[in-house]
Amino acid sequence: MLTKRLLLNDRGGLIVLGLVALIMLVVPVLNLWVPSDSALHLSTYTVTLLGKFLCYALLALSVDLIWGYCGILSLGQGAFFSLGGYAMGMYLMRQIGNRGQYGNAELPDFMVFLNWEHLPWYWFGFDNFWFAMLMVMLVPGLLAFVFGWLAFRSRVTGVYFSIITQALTYALMLAFFRNEMGFGGNNGLTDFKDILGFSITADGTRIGLFLASGFALIFAYLACRYIVTSRLGRIAISIRDAETRTRFCGYKVESYKLWLFVFSSVLAGIAGALYVPQVGIINPGEFSPLNSIELVVWVATGGRGTLYGAIVGAFSVNYSKTLFTSFSPESWLFVLGALFVLVTLVLPKGLVGLFARNKKTESAHESLEANPTEKKEVTAE
Amino acid sequence: MAKPTPFTTGHYFSLRHLTLFMFLVLSLINYSHAQTAEAVTDTATTAESAQNFEQLLEQIPQGSLADRADTLKKLAALNDSRSIEIIAALQQGKLLANSANKLAIAQEDGSLNEALGKNKIAREQTDDYTKIPVNNSLRNQLSSLLAQLNLNHADEKVRLSAVKRFINDGLDEDSAALLQQQIALEKDSDVIDAIKVAMAIYGLRSDDETLRRESIKNLHGSLEPEARTALNELASDSSNEEIRREAEFALQAIDNKISYYRFGENVFFGLSLGSVLLLSAIGLAITFGVMGVINMAHGEMMMIGAYTTWVIQQLFPNQLAYSLLMAIPAAFLMAGIVGVIIERSVIRFLYGRPLETLLATFGVSLILQQAARSIFSPLNRAVSLPEWMSGSLVINPVLSLTYNRLFILLFGIAVFCLLLAILKKTSLGLKVRAVSQNRTMARAVGVRANWVDALTFGLGSGIAGVAGVALSQLTNVGPNLGQAYIIDSFMVVVFGGVGNLWGTLVGAMGLGIINKFLEPYAGAVLAKVLVLVLLILFIQKKPKGLFPQKGRAAAD
Repeated sequence: MLTKRLLLNDRGGLIVLGLVALIMLVVPVLNLWVPSDSALHLSTYTVTLLGKFLCYALLALSVDLIWGYCGILSLGQGAFFSLGGYAMGMYLMRQIGNRGQYGNAELPDFMVFLNWEHLPWYWFGFDNFWFAMLMVMLVPGLLAFVFGWLAFRSRVTGVYFSIITQALTYALMLAFFRNEMGFGGNNGLTDFKDILGFSITADGTRIGLFLASGFALIFAYLACRYIVTSRLGRIAISIRDAETRTRFCGYKVESYKLWLFVFSSVLAGIAGALYVPQVGIINPGEFSPLNSIELVVWVATGGRGTLYGAIVGAFSVNYSKTLFTSFSPESWLFVLGALFVLVTLVLPKGLVGLFARNKKTESAHESLEANPTEKKEVTAE
Repeated sequence: MAKPTPFTTGHYFSLRHLTLFMFLVLSLINYSHAQTAEAVTDTATTAESAQNFEQLLEQIPQGSLADRADTLKKLAALNDSRSIEIIAALQQGKLLANSANKLAIAQEDGSLNEALGKNKIAREQTDDYTKIPVNNSLRNQLSSLLAQLNLNHADEKVRLSAVKRFINDGLDEDSAALLQQQIALEKDSDVIDAIKVAMAIYGLRSDDETLRRESIKNLHGSLEPEARTALNELASDSSNEEIRREAEFALQAIDNKISYYRFGENVFFGLSLGSVLLLSAIGLAITFGVMGVINMAHGEMMMIGAYTTWVIQQLFPNQLAYSLLMAIPAAFLMAGIVGVIIERSVIRFLYGRPLETLLATFGVSLILQQAARSIFSPLNRAVSLPEWMSGSLVINPVLSLTYNRLFILLFGIAVFCLLLAILKKTSLGLKVRAVSQNRTMARAVGVRANWVDALTFGLGSGIAGVAGVALSQLTNVGPNLGQAYIIDSFMVVVFGGVGNLWGTLVGAMGLGIINKFLEPYAGAVLAKVLVLVLLILFIQKKPKGLFPQKGRAAAD
């Protein structure tokens, strides 16, 4: 029953999840068991890259959940991602122990460098993996809760919400750049050694992280599917299409939006936590408003309001980014800029919209296409 | 921002003179500037004394050191301002003479100039010149002679700077006597005040208690840093209880005055930041406030304006003062045209879909940034300040306002008024307001709404370009110039109230001042963060900004 609800009605999702599962099966085999001189061998670099893409896909999913289904365009999703990443980074920093440059078992290197004497209170507990994982979800969730509660309660909607979320991530970026914050300032957290006792650079660990990202993505997808097919999801769609009308029907729009926003921020936090050990660094640059807005474009490119479109978008945009930056870094911003413009102008339904054109589209998709109410409401603002 | 110069008390409004006596005060090396500017000789110099002057000059190289001191005293007694340079050169061992007792001054580049005529001496002849010897005691005498000459100078700025120098270096018995003499002759009130301060600082160290008290009284509220230091010394280790109390009292007055001026300075800095915010937000107030278009490429319009300024400056390198004025209309046109192109090619398909507009214009901003990077290189370009914009208006030793910020403040307000006039008084303004209030009705009465859209967007973008001209005078011009301001500008518009130009003005100035007043306590970065957080909280309270639109136009 649940399977039918979650997957069978979702052909696109089934295909995309199938592909993700296939990658998760093939990649470890090609990386670990195919000899390195074979043409089929997959380098650890590629594994890490794919792992990164999986984290991005998870992040994009979190955006699509609120943007595609609830009409909340958050340009600060990168902030939750980075906060999750920092929480993970703090755990990894504590794991270095006395193997840092200064060999100080008590303090991370940058604190020794800045002549700090004690570990700040907010670093306590991060020696424990479970505590760090709790924080990965709790910190972004809490921030989203407070911020969303303030914003939705006073009916900050549409573009205003986008701009203040952008200001939020910008403010956080500036704050994290300060050395006094105790998060490594400019350089962020890096030089990680191991995670749960496994060396972070080992091939096996990389595969493990890759698989963890894949599973996280699949579970998150199913969870999001569960939400959007539930009653909550239907109300979210009605909020997206006609917020005032939904409110007048007696639904507490603020609460629905708030819970979706918090859930999506937790997803983003998890994505960040999985991302950091794979790339080996987290710095305040991740908070930059550009990152947050770029990931909105992944979703737009893939196709918003479909969930699987977000995954397609994250993979395709990031894959082309890797391609372009490797042979002509100059041109990437041109391409990205053009993508922003073209997707909004000629591909409002994204890449997946191209394939779904002649087929019977899903409910979510359909109402996105024909939603005169949304337009009317937005102009009114 | 230039630091307040510690050398001044009075009111100086002439930039040229400011730079002039900075030179004099900081070093006595390069007197040539002063001399060319002050080439006028004393009116008292008669033909006879002119002859005498030249004779004395010829005598300098002759005789023993004692004779030389004598000659120089006579020379100083003539009170001819031309001798300042010669004596200064002698003091630094840069004065040379040839066998015919003609004097020459060694220049920085190793060549020789005639001491009087300023003509360059041909290379072949330089071997003939030898340095005129001086010793330490003569050098000390020369210092006081120089001070005396400067104090007698016809120009009161030179006199004032000579006194300032005394304040800086502290007085000894001789110079105190000299100043005592001078105060009776002096006519300029600024110079008299400065002399009084110098005497009072000297008097603080005297043994005579009444003189010390008198001096403390005279220093009451003086803004000279030296006065403060001297009083501080007195207040901390004077054995006399009463004097200490008086010194503390005088210090208190100084500190009050300083904090008062610091407050003024903070307000100015705040207004200056506010004017930058105003300039960057004002164009946005049109595109976002009036048209409801989120233009994320707004910052890049400023970048285009700034680059236009740079290009024009490169085209006319010799016309620094005018190129900036030329850049204003050029930047307006350039940014305006780009704006119209963007509107026609992208934005017009997206009216009524603000989130999509946001994304598309963000894409445009990325393209423009990368284009700037490809065309002008990713390095920052420096636009030079024209002369009339460099330097600062010194009001007193603690408060001075730099001209570029002052001009930009005025410029921002001028642009604001101009825009207000365009919207209120011109037919374009009328149409813009009509379309923004009721599009269908405006079309029904014959307004070409599409055309108005394009022009409005062009106007908003053009003003952003003009803002870029102003910004180029404050920071370096680079591809990321606009990005730094886009979030701030949106904040200003949202804070002030969308669709309300006055709100934008109040919002920009308010944010600027809040920012500058938080800075001393929280540091620049944290102040910015705090302002953003405060704004986010403010928007919760008043989602429509300070001055929300009311009535029918407000829709929603």
